[in-house]
Amino acid sequence: MRTIVTVQERVAETPSTVTLRFPYAPAAAPGQFVMVWIPGDDELPMSLSYTEGASKGITVKAMGGTSRNVQRIETGTRLGIRGPYGNQFDPSPKRILIVAGGSGAAVLAPGAERAIAGGAKVTVALGATTEAELLFRERFATMGAAVEVTTDDGSAGARGYVTVVVEPLLATHAFDAVWSCGPEIMMRKVALLARARGVASYGSVERQMKCALGMCDACALGPFHVCVEGPVFSTEKLLELPEFGAFKRDPAGRRVRL
Amino acid sequence: MAELSVRCAGIALRNPLLLASGIWGESGESLVGAWKAGAGGVITKSIGSFPRPGYPNPTIESYDRWGMLNAMGLPNPGIEEYPQEIAIALGAGATVIGSVFGGDAAEFANLAAAMAKTGVCAIELNLSCPHAQGYGSEIGSDPTQVEEIVRAVTRAVPLPVIAKITPNATDPAGLAAAAERGGAAAVSAINTLRALAIDVELRRPVLSHRLGGLSGPAIKPIGLACVWQIRERVRIPIIGVGGIASGRDVLEYLMAGASAVEIGTQVAFEGIGAFGRIGRELSELLESLGFARASDATGAAHSATS
Repeated sequence: MRTIVTVQERVAETPSTVTLRFPYAPAAAPGQFVMVWIPGDDELPMSLSYTEGASKGITVKAMGGTSRNVQRIETGTRLGIRGPYGNQFDPSPKRILIVAGGSGAAVLAPGAERAIAGGAKVTVALGATTEAELLFRERFATMGAAVEVTTDDGSAGARGYVTVVVEPLLATHAFDAVWSCGPEIMMRKVALLARARGVASYGSVERQMKCALGMCDACALGPFHVCVEGPVFSTEKLLELPEFGAFKRDPAGRRVRL
Repeated sequence: MAELSVRCAGIALRNPLLLASGIWGESGESLVGAWKAGAGGVITKSIGSFPRPGYPNPTIESYDRWGMLNAMGLPNPGIEEYPQEIAIALGAGATVIGSVFGGDAAEFANLAAAMAKTGVCAIELNLSCPHAQGYGSEIGSDPTQVEEIVRAVTRAVPLPVIAKITPNATDPAGLAAAAERGGAAAVSAINTLRALAIDVELRRPVLSHRLGGLSGPAIKPIGLACVWQIRERVRIPIIGVGGIASGRDVLEYLMAGASAVEIGTQVAFEGIGAFGRIGRELSELLESLGFARASDATGAAHSATS
Protein backbone atom coordinates (compact mmCIF):
# COMPACT_ATOMS: atom_id res chain seq x y z
CA MET A 1 0.00 0.00 0.00
CA ARG A 2 1.17 3.51 -0.78
CA THR A 3 0.81 6.75 1.12
CA ILE A 4 -0.08 9.76 -1.00
CA VAL A 5 2.06 12.71 0.04
CA THR A 6 2.27 16.31 -1.14
CA VAL A 7 5.62 17.83 -2.01
CA GLN A 8 6.17 20.72 0.42
CA GLU A 9 9.58 21.96 -0.60
CA ARG A 10 11.68 21.85 -3.74
CA VAL A 11 15.38 22.77 -3.68
CA ALA A 12 17.55 22.95 -6.80
CA GLU A 13 20.78 21.58 -5.31
CA THR A 14 22.89 21.66 -8.47
CA PRO A 15 22.13 22.20 -12.17
CA SER A 16 21.21 18.51 -12.44
CA THR A 17 19.87 17.60 -8.98
CA VAL A 18 16.73 18.56 -7.14
CA THR A 19 15.60 17.75 -3.60
CA LEU A 20 11.93 17.17 -2.88
CA ARG A 21 10.74 17.21 0.74
CA PHE A 22 7.42 15.73 1.83
CA PRO A 23 5.76 14.63 5.06
CA TYR A 24 6.13 10.88 5.55
CA ALA A 25 6.00 9.56 9.08
CA PRO A 26 7.42 6.00 8.97
CA ALA A 27 10.83 5.74 10.63
CA ALA A 28 13.71 5.47 8.20
CA ALA A 29 17.43 4.88 8.52
CA PRO A 30 20.28 6.30 6.42
CA GLY A 31 20.82 4.06 3.41
CA GLN A 32 17.21 2.97 3.07
CA PHE A 33 15.11 3.76 0.03
CA VAL A 34 11.47 4.40 -0.81
CA MET A 35 9.50 3.64 -3.95
CA VAL A 36 8.28 6.94 -5.35
CA TRP A 37 5.22 6.84 -7.58
CA ILE A 38 4.81 9.74 -9.95
CA PRO A 39 1.17 9.18 -10.91
CA GLY A 40 0.75 8.68 -14.61
CA ASP A 41 4.47 8.22 -15.17
CA ASP A 42 6.43 5.59 -13.26
CA GLU A 43 7.55 4.46 -9.83
CA LEU A 44 11.25 4.67 -9.03
CA PRO A 45 13.44 3.53 -6.15
CA MET A 46 14.97 6.56 -4.43
CA SER A 47 17.33 6.51 -1.49
CA LEU A 48 16.23 8.94 1.18
CA SER A 49 18.48 11.99 1.35
CA TYR A 50 16.63 13.14 4.49
CA THR A 51 15.72 10.36 6.90
CA GLU A 52 15.12 12.09 10.23
CA GLY A 53 11.78 13.21 11.61
CA ALA A 54 8.48 13.44 9.79
CA SER A 55 9.76 15.38 6.77
CA LYS A 56 11.59 12.98 4.49
CA GLY A 57 13.39 13.90 1.31
CA ILE A 58 14.77 12.53 -1.91
CA THR A 59 17.42 14.09 -4.09
CA VAL A 60 17.11 13.23 -7.74
CA LYS A 61 19.61 13.53 -10.55
CA ALA A 62 18.22 13.94 -14.06
CA MET A 63 19.26 10.75 -15.82
CA GLY A 64 16.55 10.86 -18.45
CA GLY A 65 13.01 9.63 -18.70
CA THR A 66 11.19 9.66 -15.40
CA SER A 67 14.08 11.02 -13.35
CA ARG A 68 14.04 14.09 -15.61
CA ASN A 69 10.31 14.38 -15.06
CA VAL A 70 10.84 14.15 -11.31
CA GLN A 71 13.07 17.21 -11.61
CA ARG A 72 10.15 19.20 -12.92
CA ILE A 73 7.95 18.33 -9.97
CA GLU A 74 6.83 21.46 -8.15
CA THR A 75 5.65 21.95 -4.57
CA GLY A 76 2.06 20.84 -4.21
CA THR A 77 2.52 17.80 -6.45
CA ARG A 78 1.19 14.56 -5.05
CA LEU A 79 3.40 11.46 -4.99
CA GLY A 80 2.79 7.90 -3.82
CA ILE A 81 5.38 6.64 -1.35
CA ARG A 82 5.95 3.11 -0.06
CA GLY A 83 8.75 1.91 2.17
CA PRO A 84 11.27 2.55 3.53
CA TYR A 85 12.88 -0.61 2.20
CA GLY A 86 16.27 -2.20 2.45
CA ASN A 87 19.06 -2.05 4.97
CA GLN A 88 21.16 0.82 6.27
CA PHE A 89 24.65 2.08 6.92
CA ASP A 90 25.84 1.12 10.38
CA PRO A 91 26.60 4.53 11.94
CA SER A 92 28.64 3.13 14.87
CA PRO A 93 32.23 3.34 13.49
CA LYS A 94 34.08 6.28 15.04
CA ARG A 95 36.23 7.32 12.07
CA ILE A 96 34.44 7.11 8.73
CA LEU A 97 35.65 7.98 5.25
CA ILE A 98 32.71 8.74 2.97
CA VAL A 99 33.33 8.59 -0.77
CA ALA A 100 30.56 10.19 -2.81
CA GLY A 101 30.55 10.36 -6.57
CA GLY A 102 27.95 12.59 -8.22
CA SER A 103 24.48 12.00 -6.81
CA GLY A 104 25.87 9.33 -4.46
CA ALA A 105 26.13 12.11 -1.88
CA ALA A 106 22.32 12.00 -1.60
CA VAL A 107 22.51 8.48 -0.19
CA LEU A 108 25.45 9.18 2.13
CA ALA A 109 24.60 12.58 3.65
CA PRO A 110 21.98 11.39 6.18
CA GLY A 111 24.32 8.62 7.35
CA ALA A 112 27.09 11.15 7.85
CA GLU A 113 24.75 13.31 9.94
CA ARG A 114 23.70 10.40 12.10
CA ALA A 115 27.29 9.22 12.58
CA ILE A 116 28.49 12.71 13.56
CA ALA A 117 25.58 13.04 15.97
CA GLY A 118 26.80 9.81 17.54
CA GLY A 119 30.29 11.22 18.01
CA ALA A 120 32.01 9.94 14.87
CA LYS A 121 34.67 11.84 12.98
CA VAL A 122 33.66 11.93 9.32
CA THR A 123 35.80 12.76 6.31
CA VAL A 124 34.06 13.18 2.96
CA ALA A 125 35.67 12.73 -0.45
CA LEU A 126 33.16 14.45 -2.72
CA GLY A 127 33.50 14.21 -6.47
CA ALA A 128 31.50 15.66 -9.36
CA THR A 129 31.92 16.64 -12.98
CA THR A 130 32.19 20.36 -12.19
CA GLU A 131 32.16 22.64 -9.14
CA ALA A 132 28.50 23.50 -9.66
CA GLU A 133 27.61 19.79 -9.58
CA LEU A 134 29.19 19.12 -6.17
CA LEU A 135 26.17 17.86 -4.24
CA PHE A 136 25.71 18.68 -0.54
CA ARG A 137 29.16 20.31 -0.21
CA GLU A 138 27.67 22.85 2.21
CA ARG A 139 25.59 20.28 4.02
CA PHE A 140 28.62 18.09 4.71
CA ALA A 141 30.65 21.10 5.92
CA THR A 142 27.82 22.35 8.13
CA MET A 143 27.37 19.00 9.84
CA GLY A 144 31.04 19.06 10.81
CA ALA A 145 32.62 16.72 8.29
CA ALA A 146 36.04 17.39 6.76
CA VAL A 147 35.38 17.70 3.03
CA GLU A 148 37.82 17.14 0.18
CA VAL A 149 36.44 17.80 -3.28
CA THR A 150 37.42 16.68 -6.74
CA THR A 151 36.05 17.67 -10.12
CA ASP A 152 36.50 16.06 -13.49
CA ASP A 153 37.32 19.45 -15.04
CA GLY A 154 39.41 20.82 -12.18
CA SER A 155 36.98 23.69 -11.50
CA ALA A 156 37.21 22.91 -7.77
CA GLY A 157 39.56 20.82 -5.68
CA ALA A 158 41.71 18.12 -7.17
CA ARG A 159 41.21 17.42 -10.84
CA GLY A 160 40.03 13.91 -11.71
CA TYR A 161 37.78 11.28 -10.27
CA VAL A 162 37.09 11.17 -6.57
CA THR A 163 39.38 8.18 -6.17
CA VAL A 164 42.42 10.48 -6.60
CA VAL A 165 41.94 11.79 -3.06
CA VAL A 166 40.82 8.48 -1.54
CA GLU A 167 44.18 6.78 -1.75
CA PRO A 168 46.11 9.60 -0.01
CA LEU A 169 43.38 9.91 2.64
CA LEU A 170 43.59 6.20 3.39
CA ALA A 171 47.39 6.43 3.48
CA THR A 172 47.54 9.35 5.90
CA HIS A 173 44.53 8.87 8.19
CA ALA A 174 43.21 5.97 10.23
CA PHE A 175 39.60 4.97 9.42
CA ASP A 176 37.32 2.32 10.90
CA ALA A 177 35.01 2.25 7.89
CA VAL A 178 34.66 3.47 4.33
CA TRP A 179 31.22 4.19 2.87
CA SER A 180 30.82 4.72 -0.84
CA CYS A 181 28.10 5.50 -3.32
CA GLY A 182 28.35 6.65 -6.91
CA PRO A 183 29.26 5.14 -10.25
CA GLU A 184 29.89 1.45 -9.65
CA ILE A 185 33.26 1.47 -11.37
CA MET A 186 34.35 4.12 -8.85
CA MET A 187 32.89 2.08 -5.99
CA ARG A 188 34.86 -0.94 -7.11
CA LYS A 189 38.08 1.07 -7.07
CA VAL A 190 37.29 2.40 -3.61
CA ALA A 191 36.52 -1.13 -2.40
CA LEU A 192 39.91 -2.33 -3.62
CA LEU A 193 41.71 0.63 -2.01
CA ALA A 194 39.94 -0.05 1.31
CA ARG A 195 40.79 -3.73 1.08
CA ALA A 196 44.46 -2.90 0.48
CA ARG A 197 44.46 -0.87 3.71
CA GLY A 198 42.45 -3.43 5.65
CA VAL A 199 39.57 -1.00 6.29
CA ALA A 200 35.98 -2.31 6.48
CA SER A 201 34.09 -0.96 3.49
CA TYR A 202 30.42 -0.64 2.58
CA GLY A 203 28.78 0.53 -0.60
CA SER A 204 25.24 1.36 -1.67
CA VAL A 205 24.44 -0.11 -5.09
CA GLU A 206 21.68 0.58 -7.57
CA ARG A 207 19.75 -1.90 -9.70
CA GLN A 208 16.43 -2.08 -11.56
CA MET A 209 13.57 -2.23 -9.12
CA LYS A 210 9.99 -3.25 -9.63
CA CYS A 211 8.39 -4.95 -6.62
CA ALA A 212 10.95 -3.87 -3.97
CA LEU A 213 9.64 -6.84 -1.97
CA GLY A 214 12.23 -9.47 -2.84
CA MET A 215 10.00 -11.29 -5.27
CA CYS A 216 10.27 -10.15 -8.89
CA ASP A 217 14.06 -10.64 -9.27
CA ALA A 218 14.54 -7.37 -11.21
CA CYS A 219 17.24 -6.27 -8.73
CA ALA A 220 19.05 -9.62 -8.61
CA LEU A 221 22.76 -9.08 -7.93
CA GLY A 222 24.59 -12.39 -7.70
CA PRO A 223 22.82 -14.35 -4.96
CA PHE A 224 21.36 -11.15 -3.47
CA HIS A 225 18.30 -9.02 -4.01
CA VAL A 226 19.28 -5.38 -3.67
CA CYS A 227 15.81 -4.38 -2.42
CA VAL A 228 15.93 -6.68 0.61
CA GLU A 229 19.55 -7.58 1.34
CA GLY A 230 20.85 -4.21 0.12
CA PRO A 231 21.16 -1.57 -1.06
CA VAL A 232 24.11 -1.39 1.37
CA PHE A 233 26.59 -4.26 1.12
CA SER A 234 29.98 -5.02 2.51
CA THR A 235 32.17 -4.36 -0.50
CA GLU A 236 34.06 -7.59 0.31
CA LYS A 237 30.81 -9.37 -0.63
CA LEU A 238 30.42 -7.21 -3.73
CA LEU A 239 33.98 -7.86 -4.88
CA GLU A 240 33.19 -11.58 -4.98
CA LEU A 241 30.50 -10.92 -7.61
CA PRO A 242 31.58 -10.83 -11.26
CA GLU A 243 28.89 -8.25 -11.99
CA PHE A 244 30.05 -5.64 -9.42
CA GLY A 245 31.33 -2.73 -11.47
CA ALA A 246 30.84 -4.77 -14.64
CA PHE A 247 27.19 -5.31 -15.53
CA LYS A 248 23.63 -4.84 -14.41
CA ARG A 249 20.31 -6.07 -15.76
CA ASP A 250 17.92 -4.07 -17.89
CA PRO A 251 14.13 -4.11 -17.29
CA ALA A 252 13.86 -7.29 -19.38
CA GLY A 253 16.50 -8.99 -17.24
CA ARG A 254 19.22 -8.91 -19.88
CA ARG A 255 22.79 -8.44 -18.70
CA VAL A 256 24.11 -5.06 -19.86
CA ARG A 257 27.59 -3.66 -19.30
CA LEU A 258 27.96 -0.75 -16.90
CA MET B 1 9.42 -37.77 9.32
CA ALA B 2 7.10 -38.36 6.39
CA GLU B 3 8.62 -38.97 2.97
CA LEU B 4 8.33 -35.78 0.92
CA SER B 5 9.77 -36.90 -2.40
CA VAL B 6 7.10 -37.25 -5.07
CA ARG B 7 6.82 -38.08 -8.74
CA CYS B 8 4.77 -35.72 -10.81
CA ALA B 9 4.40 -35.69 -14.59
CA GLY B 10 7.22 -38.21 -14.75
CA ILE B 11 9.58 -35.90 -12.86
CA ALA B 12 11.19 -36.99 -9.61
CA LEU B 13 10.96 -34.16 -7.10
CA ARG B 14 12.81 -34.21 -3.78
CA ASN B 15 9.76 -32.54 -2.27
CA PRO B 16 6.48 -31.23 -3.70
CA LEU B 17 7.25 -27.52 -3.20
CA LEU B 18 8.08 -25.80 -6.47
CA LEU B 19 9.15 -22.20 -6.93
CA ALA B 20 6.30 -20.67 -8.94
CA SER B 21 7.06 -19.04 -12.26
CA GLY B 22 7.63 -15.31 -12.07
CA ILE B 23 9.19 -15.39 -8.62
CA TRP B 24 13.00 -15.06 -8.43
CA GLY B 25 13.39 -16.62 -11.87
CA GLU B 26 15.04 -13.87 -13.88
CA SER B 27 18.60 -14.75 -12.87
CA GLY B 28 20.26 -18.14 -12.63
CA GLU B 29 21.76 -17.26 -9.26
CA SER B 30 18.29 -16.63 -7.86
CA LEU B 31 17.06 -20.00 -9.12
CA VAL B 32 20.04 -21.54 -7.33
CA GLY B 33 19.10 -19.60 -4.20
CA ALA B 34 15.58 -21.03 -4.22
CA TRP B 35 16.93 -24.53 -4.82
CA LYS B 36 19.41 -24.20 -1.95
CA ALA B 37 16.62 -22.88 0.28
CA GLY B 38 14.82 -26.19 -0.14
CA ALA B 39 12.51 -25.88 -3.14
CA GLY B 40 11.75 -29.27 -4.66
CA GLY B 41 12.21 -27.70 -8.08
CA VAL B 42 12.30 -24.26 -9.62
CA ILE B 43 10.20 -22.91 -12.47
CA THR B 44 11.75 -20.17 -14.58
CA LYS B 45 10.18 -16.84 -15.38
CA SER B 46 7.95 -17.19 -18.40
CA ILE B 47 10.21 -16.74 -21.40
CA GLY B 48 9.05 -15.38 -24.73
CA SER B 49 10.53 -15.13 -28.20
CA PHE B 50 12.02 -11.68 -27.65
CA PRO B 51 13.33 -9.57 -24.76
CA ARG B 52 10.44 -7.81 -23.06
CA PRO B 53 10.85 -5.09 -20.42
CA GLY B 54 7.37 -5.54 -18.96
CA TYR B 55 5.07 -2.72 -17.91
CA PRO B 56 6.22 0.50 -16.26
CA ASN B 57 5.88 0.68 -12.49
CA PRO B 58 3.78 0.55 -10.40
CA THR B 59 3.65 -3.16 -11.15
CA ILE B 60 2.83 -4.30 -7.60
CA GLU B 61 0.28 -3.55 -4.92
CA SER B 62 0.86 -5.49 -1.73
CA TYR B 63 -1.72 -6.07 0.97
CA ASP B 64 -0.68 -7.12 4.47
CA ARG B 65 -0.11 -10.83 4.18
CA TRP B 66 -3.45 -11.62 2.57
CA GLY B 67 -2.72 -10.77 -0.99
CA MET B 68 -0.63 -9.23 -3.69
CA LEU B 69 -1.67 -7.65 -6.94
CA ASN B 70 0.77 -7.56 -9.84
CA ALA B 71 0.94 -6.65 -13.47
CA MET B 72 4.60 -7.14 -14.30
CA GLY B 73 3.81 -7.61 -18.00
CA LEU B 74 5.87 -10.76 -18.59
CA PRO B 75 9.32 -9.14 -18.42
CA ASN B 76 11.97 -11.58 -19.62
CA PRO B 77 15.32 -11.55 -21.44
CA GLY B 78 14.00 -13.61 -24.37
CA ILE B 79 14.72 -17.19 -25.34
CA GLU B 80 18.06 -16.36 -26.98
CA GLU B 81 19.68 -14.92 -23.86
CA TYR B 82 17.90 -16.81 -21.12
CA PRO B 83 19.60 -20.23 -21.48
CA GLN B 84 22.73 -18.87 -19.76
CA GLU B 85 20.64 -18.38 -16.61
CA ILE B 86 19.28 -21.93 -16.79
CA ALA B 87 22.82 -23.23 -17.19
CA ILE B 88 23.74 -21.62 -13.87
CA ALA B 89 20.79 -23.28 -12.13
CA LEU B 90 21.46 -26.67 -13.69
CA GLY B 91 25.13 -26.33 -12.78
CA ALA B 92 24.12 -26.16 -9.13
CA GLY B 93 22.11 -29.37 -9.49
CA ALA B 94 18.68 -27.76 -9.41
CA THR B 95 15.60 -29.43 -10.86
CA VAL B 96 14.51 -26.80 -13.38
CA ILE B 97 11.19 -26.51 -15.19
CA GLY B 98 11.16 -24.02 -18.07
CA SER B 99 8.14 -21.75 -18.43
CA VAL B 100 7.29 -20.25 -21.81
CA PHE B 101 4.58 -17.97 -23.19
CA GLY B 102 3.60 -17.53 -26.80
CA GLY B 103 0.81 -16.00 -28.82
CA ASP B 104 -0.17 -19.12 -30.75
CA ALA B 105 0.57 -22.84 -31.04
CA ALA B 106 3.51 -22.37 -33.42
CA GLU B 107 5.22 -19.82 -31.19
CA PHE B 108 4.67 -22.00 -28.12
CA ALA B 109 6.13 -25.00 -29.96
CA ASN B 110 9.21 -23.07 -31.09
CA LEU B 111 9.84 -21.68 -27.63
CA ALA B 112 9.34 -25.05 -25.99
CA ALA B 113 11.75 -26.68 -28.43
CA ALA B 114 14.39 -24.05 -27.64
CA MET B 115 13.70 -24.39 -23.93
CA ALA B 116 13.99 -28.18 -24.11
CA LYS B 117 17.53 -27.83 -25.46
CA THR B 118 18.65 -26.02 -22.30
CA GLY B 119 18.39 -29.18 -20.22
CA VAL B 120 15.24 -28.41 -18.24
CA CYS B 121 13.29 -31.48 -17.09
CA ALA B 122 9.84 -30.23 -18.14
CA ILE B 123 8.07 -27.36 -19.84
CA GLU B 124 5.33 -25.31 -18.23
CA LEU B 125 3.07 -23.42 -20.63
CA ASN B 126 1.88 -20.06 -19.40
CA LEU B 127 -1.71 -20.15 -20.65
CA SER B 128 -2.92 -18.03 -17.81
CA CYS B 129 -1.16 -14.70 -17.22
CA PRO B 130 -4.16 -12.38 -16.74
CA HIS B 131 -2.56 -9.12 -17.82
CA ALA B 132 -0.72 -9.50 -21.13
CA GLN B 133 -2.47 -8.65 -24.35
CA GLY B 134 -2.44 -11.52 -26.83
CA TYR B 135 -0.89 -13.94 -24.35
CA GLY B 136 -1.73 -15.96 -21.27
CA SER B 137 -5.37 -16.15 -20.30
CA GLU B 138 -6.46 -14.35 -23.47
CA ILE B 139 -5.72 -17.55 -25.36
CA GLY B 140 -5.76 -19.90 -22.38
CA SER B 141 -9.45 -19.34 -21.69
CA ASP B 142 -10.47 -21.15 -24.87
CA PRO B 143 -10.33 -24.96 -24.57
CA THR B 144 -9.87 -25.38 -28.32
CA GLN B 145 -6.78 -23.19 -28.33
CA VAL B 146 -5.45 -24.84 -25.16
CA GLU B 147 -5.74 -28.27 -26.72
CA GLU B 148 -4.14 -27.11 -29.96
CA ILE B 149 -1.22 -25.40 -28.19
CA VAL B 150 -0.54 -28.32 -25.88
CA ARG B 151 -0.67 -30.75 -28.80
CA ALA B 152 1.76 -28.66 -30.84
CA VAL B 153 4.17 -28.47 -27.92
CA THR B 154 4.01 -32.15 -26.98
CA ARG B 155 4.84 -32.97 -30.61
CA ALA B 156 7.76 -30.54 -30.58
CA VAL B 157 9.50 -31.58 -27.36
CA PRO B 158 10.48 -34.89 -25.79
CA LEU B 159 9.78 -33.56 -22.29
CA PRO B 160 6.73 -33.62 -20.01
CA VAL B 161 4.48 -30.63 -20.72
CA ILE B 162 2.61 -28.88 -17.92
CA ALA B 163 -0.26 -26.56 -18.83
CA LYS B 164 -0.82 -23.75 -16.33
CA ILE B 165 -4.54 -23.12 -16.20
CA THR B 166 -6.30 -19.80 -15.68
CA PRO B 167 -9.03 -19.36 -13.08
CA ASN B 168 -10.38 -16.41 -15.09
CA ALA B 169 -12.67 -18.65 -17.09
CA THR B 170 -16.09 -20.16 -16.65
CA ASP B 171 -14.81 -23.72 -16.53
CA PRO B 172 -11.15 -24.11 -15.52
CA ALA B 173 -11.61 -27.89 -15.26
CA GLY B 174 -12.71 -27.91 -18.89
CA LEU B 175 -9.45 -26.17 -19.79
CA ALA B 176 -7.54 -28.84 -17.88
CA ALA B 177 -9.44 -31.53 -19.76
CA ALA B 178 -8.49 -29.82 -23.03
CA ALA B 179 -4.84 -29.83 -21.97
CA GLU B 180 -5.10 -33.53 -21.16
CA ARG B 181 -6.57 -34.23 -24.60
CA GLY B 182 -3.68 -32.29 -26.12
CA GLY B 183 -1.20 -34.58 -24.41
CA ALA B 184 -0.19 -32.61 -21.31
CA ALA B 185 1.66 -34.65 -18.70
CA ALA B 186 0.20 -32.46 -15.94
CA VAL B 187 -1.67 -29.25 -15.31
CA SER B 188 -0.85 -26.54 -12.82
CA ALA B 189 -3.67 -24.47 -11.36
CA ILE B 190 -4.20 -21.68 -10.69
CA ASN B 191 -2.53 -18.56 -12.00
CA THR B 192 -3.51 -15.18 -10.53
CA LEU B 193 -7.04 -13.84 -10.63
CA ARG B 194 -7.80 -10.69 -12.61
CA ALA B 195 -8.01 -7.87 -10.12
CA LEU B 196 -7.81 -4.10 -9.72
CA ALA B 197 -6.56 -1.62 -7.13
CA ILE B 198 -7.83 1.98 -7.00
CA ASP B 199 -6.20 4.89 -5.24
CA VAL B 200 -9.06 7.03 -3.98
CA GLU B 201 -7.02 10.16 -3.36
CA LEU B 202 -5.65 10.17 -6.89
CA ARG B 203 -8.87 8.70 -8.34
CA ARG B 204 -7.00 6.28 -10.53
CA PRO B 205 -5.91 2.68 -10.75
CA VAL B 206 -2.64 2.01 -8.95
CA LEU B 207 -0.99 -0.32 -11.44
CA SER B 208 0.28 1.21 -14.67
CA HIS B 209 -1.47 -1.57 -16.57
CA ARG B 210 -4.61 -0.92 -14.50
CA LEU B 211 -5.71 -4.58 -14.36
CA GLY B 212 -3.45 -7.06 -12.63
CA GLY B 213 -3.50 -10.51 -11.09
CA LEU B 214 -4.25 -11.29 -7.45
CA SER B 215 -2.14 -13.85 -5.60
CA GLY B 216 -1.57 -14.76 -1.98
CA PRO B 217 -3.68 -16.32 0.78
CA ALA B 218 -6.86 -14.59 -0.45
CA ILE B 219 -7.00 -16.88 -3.47
CA LYS B 220 -6.29 -20.20 -1.76
CA PRO B 221 -9.93 -21.30 -1.52
CA ILE B 222 -10.37 -20.53 -5.21
CA GLY B 223 -7.27 -22.51 -6.11
CA LEU B 224 -8.48 -25.42 -4.02
CA ALA B 225 -11.85 -25.39 -5.78
CA CYS B 226 -10.16 -25.45 -9.18
CA VAL B 227 -7.85 -28.28 -8.20
CA TRP B 228 -10.83 -30.18 -6.77
CA GLN B 229 -12.86 -29.77 -9.95
CA ILE B 230 -9.91 -30.60 -12.19
CA ARG B 231 -9.27 -33.76 -10.21
CA GLU B 232 -12.83 -34.85 -10.97
CA ARG B 233 -12.30 -34.31 -14.69
CA VAL B 234 -8.77 -35.47 -15.57
CA ARG B 235 -6.40 -38.34 -14.84
CA ILE B 236 -3.09 -36.48 -15.29
CA PRO B 237 -1.34 -35.09 -12.19
CA ILE B 238 -2.18 -31.63 -10.89
CA ILE B 239 0.21 -29.06 -9.48
CA GLY B 240 -1.70 -26.87 -7.03
CA VAL B 241 -0.97 -23.13 -6.92
CA GLY B 242 -2.47 -20.21 -5.09
CA GLY B 243 -1.96 -18.70 -1.65
CA ILE B 244 0.18 -21.37 -0.07
CA ALA B 245 1.75 -20.04 3.12
CA SER B 246 2.02 -23.10 5.37
CA GLY B 247 2.45 -26.86 5.43
CA ARG B 248 -1.26 -27.11 6.15
CA ASP B 249 -2.04 -25.18 2.98
CA VAL B 250 0.07 -27.64 0.99
CA LEU B 251 -1.75 -30.58 2.50
CA GLU B 252 -5.09 -29.01 1.62
CA TYR B 253 -3.98 -28.83 -2.01
CA LEU B 254 -2.70 -32.41 -1.92
CA MET B 255 -5.98 -33.65 -0.47
CA ALA B 256 -7.91 -31.67 -3.10
CA GLY B 257 -6.02 -33.63 -5.72
CA ALA B 258 -2.60 -32.09 -6.25
CA SER B 259 0.61 -34.11 -6.52
CA ALA B 260 2.85 -31.09 -6.03
CA VAL B 261 2.42 -27.37 -5.45
CA GLU B 262 3.92 -24.04 -6.47
CA ILE B 263 4.80 -21.33 -3.96
CA GLY B 264 5.31 -17.71 -4.94
CA THR B 265 3.85 -14.78 -3.07
CA GLN B 266 4.86 -16.14 0.33
CA VAL B 267 8.47 -15.52 -0.72
CA ALA B 268 7.71 -11.78 -0.76
CA PHE B 269 6.10 -11.92 2.67
CA GLU B 270 8.67 -14.16 4.33
CA GLY B 271 11.76 -14.54 2.19
CA ILE B 272 13.06 -17.67 0.55
CA GLY B 273 13.22 -19.41 3.94
CA ALA B 274 9.51 -20.09 3.37
CA PHE B 275 10.47 -23.25 1.48
CA GLY B 276 12.35 -24.83 4.37
CA ARG B 277 9.69 -23.89 6.91
CA ILE B 278 6.76 -25.07 4.81
CA GLY B 279 8.56 -28.33 4.04
CA ARG B 280 9.16 -29.01 7.74
CA GLU B 281 5.56 -28.16 8.58
CA LEU B 282 4.28 -30.45 5.85
CA SER B 283 6.43 -33.34 6.98
CA GLU B 284 5.32 -32.99 10.62
CA LEU B 285 1.67 -32.58 9.69
CA LEU B 286 1.67 -35.61 7.40
CA GLU B 287 3.24 -37.71 10.09
CA SER B 288 0.83 -36.53 12.78
CA LEU B 289 -2.08 -37.42 10.52
CA GLY B 290 -0.71 -40.85 9.74
CA PHE B 291 0.60 -40.32 6.22
CA ALA B 292 3.93 -42.03 5.58
CA ARG B 293 4.39 -40.22 2.27
CA ALA B 294 3.22 -36.92 0.85
CA SER B 295 1.99 -38.76 -2.22
CA ASP B 296 -0.41 -40.78 -0.04
CA ALA B 297 -2.34 -37.58 0.66
CA THR B 298 -3.05 -36.77 -2.99
CA GLY B 299 -6.79 -36.81 -3.52
CA ALA B 300 -7.47 -37.98 0.03
CA ALA B 301 -10.41 -35.62 0.40
CA HIS B 302 -12.05 -37.09 -2.69
CA SER B 303 -12.00 -40.66 -1.42
CA ALA B 304 -13.62 -39.48 1.80
CA THR B 305 -16.59 -38.10 -0.09
CA SER B 306 -17.02 -40.76 -2.74
